Amino acid sequence: MAAPEMGPGDRPGPWRRHRVTIAFLAPAAILLGIWIVYPTISTFIRSFFDREGSEFVGLDNYGEIFTTDLLVTAVKNNAIWLAVVPALVTAIGLVFGVLIERIRWSVAFRVAVFMPMAISLFAAGVIWRVMDQQDPEIGAINASIAIVADAVDPPGAFSDAQPSTKLVGGTIEEGLSFREPLATGDVVPLGLTAIPPDDVPDDAAQAREPDPVADGIAGVVWIDFLPGGGKPGVVEQEELGLPGVVMELRDEGGEAIETVETEPDGTFAFAGVEAAGATVAISPETFEEPFSGVDWLGPNLITPAVMIAYIWVWAGFAMVVIGAGLAALPRDVLEAARTDGASERQVFRRVTVPLLRPVLIVVFVTMLINVLKVFDIVLSVAPASSQDDANVIALAMWRTAFGGVNDFGLGSAIAVLLFLLVIPLLAFNVRSFRREV
Amino acid sequence: MATSVGHAEPAPVGPAVHEPGARRLGRLLSKTPLNLLLAFIGLLWLVPTLGLFLTSLLPADLISSEGWWNVFSAPSSTTFENYSALFRNDAITSALLTTVLVAIGGTVIPIFVGALAAYAFAWLEFPGRDWLFLLVVALLVVPLQMALIPMFSFYNDVGIFDTVLSLILFHTAFALPFAIFLLRNFFVGIPRDILESARIDGASEVKIFVRLILPLGLPAIASLAIFQFLWTWNDFLVALTFGRETQPITVAIFSQFRQFGANIELIAPAAFVSLAVPLAVFFAFQRYFVQGLLAGSVK
Repeated sequence: MAAPEMGPGDRPGPWRRHRVTIAFLAPAAILLGIWIVYPTISTFIRSFFDREGSEFVGLDNYGEIFTTDLLVTAVKNNAIWLAVVPALVTAIGLVFGVLIERIRWSVAFRVAVFMPMAISLFAAGVIWRVMDQQDPEIGAINASIAIVADAVDPPGAFSDAQPSTKLVGGTIEEGLSFREPLATGDVVPLGLTAIPPDDVPDDAAQAREPDPVADGIAGVVWIDFLPGGGKPGVVEQEELGLPGVVMELRDEGGEAIETVETEPDGTFAFAGVEAAGATVAISPETFEEPFSGVDWLGPNLITPAVMIAYIWVWAGFAMVVIGAGLAALPRDVLEAARTDGASERQVFRRVTVPLLRPVLIVVFVTMLINVLKVFDIVLSVAPASSQDDANVIALAMWRTAFGGVNDFGLGSAIAVLLFLLVIPLLAFNVRSFRREV
Repeated sequence: MATSVGHAEPAPVGPAVHEPGARRLGRLLSKTPLNLLLAFIGLLWLVPTLGLFLTSLLPADLISSEGWWNVFSAPSSTTFENYSALFRNDAITSALLTTVLVAIGGTVIPIFVGALAAYAFAWLEFPGRDWLFLLVVALLVVPLQMALIPMFSFYNDVGIFDTVLSLILFHTAFALPFAIFLLRNFFVGIPRDILESARIDGASEVKIFVRLILPLGLPAIASLAIFQFLWTWNDFLVALTFGRETQPITVAIFSQFRQFGANIELIAPAAFVSLAVPLAVFFAFQRYFVQGLLAGSVK
């Protein structure tokens, strides 16, 4: 019905048509122009000027990136990131992707591993900073390591103990020893203090002065402390003996020639020994400190610590993309290889991986780009004291421009460097992405 | 094989029935190590987030001296006191509000503006269309670090520095290249007949856009919206640069970092609240979420 009225004159003219087009495009054009095109050009130009922007300095700012220590560290660290993280993330994604094809609860596994992708890199950093605390009492990673470390190298029973009298000397590294010269038949009192109640063994009993041994040396190790003080060096009522302490009888050279463990009342005895010139000491193991925690957030390990957090976030991305690639593989090719007698490992290496190559490359390149821009998670994992050591390009850019130095010239140069590094990678990715679409 | 069937018939039925079961058991057993390994890895991936949550439940006087795993031996020691303190803290509540505003504005505006442009690139004829589209896609490669310094000065000159609007506009611009790219590719797939018949019926382009394109483009828009919402909600860099008083939650948490250990009773619950929203989005819209993220991975 409308057809007869559709004369050429009624169609919108070219100008009118373009007016509509312009209306549709204008908002985007204005936003892109002001917020992306103009700043990009401006940053390029700014990078050739000094800090205030008043003096043209040529390529000086770029030279500074590779000569200032702090910035060289950033470039080096970012190079390490590029070398380690994309490959690891891709490999982990591939392994997870292949393995979960063989289990029934793969959906649950994918949810668990992919979940960190939803979280901000900043919050992920907070999560890992809590995990990485040095004190094994509050840092979960060090607490886990402590379980193993303290099993392999058990801490001493009384790591905090101190001698109660001047008669007992030595250091906790060498073990505490009785200082007076000994004679056969002597009784050696080795009083200790500063032992937390939790450290006192359950079987500890009232300490007692041991009977002398005629042909050797006897002694007692006990908690020489009573509320209110008590008399140092004297075994008193209510003072407990320390059982299970390894005692060493040392010769003149300080070598242990005999060892014995204390009884529940703290007493011990070396029988049939020559006392002259010998010393009695509490073995150093008694005082060995427990595992004190790896300093993950310190200057030496901060980059690996941030990387672990980052890999935790991105592994799920790699797994899901590679998993989608795996699901799209031609089943008959895999089956044919299996029928021909190829082992699972051979199928994986000779068939699966080559067929997955394009997907693996996209994941790898995407991670290269992400790693070049890494920023948030470095700032949230690394304490201020470690940030110089954790520095990366994007962080160096921000700190130079906004972190107090406020050098817009150098900051612009670092931004341009980042841009130039990203361009080829993103161009590659967009091209392969378009091929897929 | 067919000939052996006759011979096999007298064989006891038992083994024949048991055989698959035994084999299944064997297969299950041979897969046990794999299942255990993957269960262990899966737990490993969940533990850090759980650790933050349990930390946030520790009472303030224990939080800096006790590990979160102690909660398992003393569940009664947990408390939501840190959370109620958090929501009584004006700096935090206003930061959350800022985050919500930025995330909503930074999602709705770029999608709307992007959809307008995408429609023009997909269905309106104009000279230089393909070149312009290519230029827009090329803008994908610009890292936002390139815009921080000029926009810092620009915002100060225009007088919108440290406002929610300045954050939203920045996010909008940097979302556009990808939004236009994705939506244009989706809109192109809408059958031409539908659009032509609407035009013949005299519908204006605006009407076509609102009544046809937006509803038909909903799957792509949804994926994009989720991706963009998370991107803006989770932003740290942009807000850190352009916000002083106007701080979203990430920056507000960061400002407590000077004494991480001492402020953990605030940092832990605040960080958990900030990640609870994206997690909820993740669990509610998993399918769109994965699609959006995968599509957005070129960004």
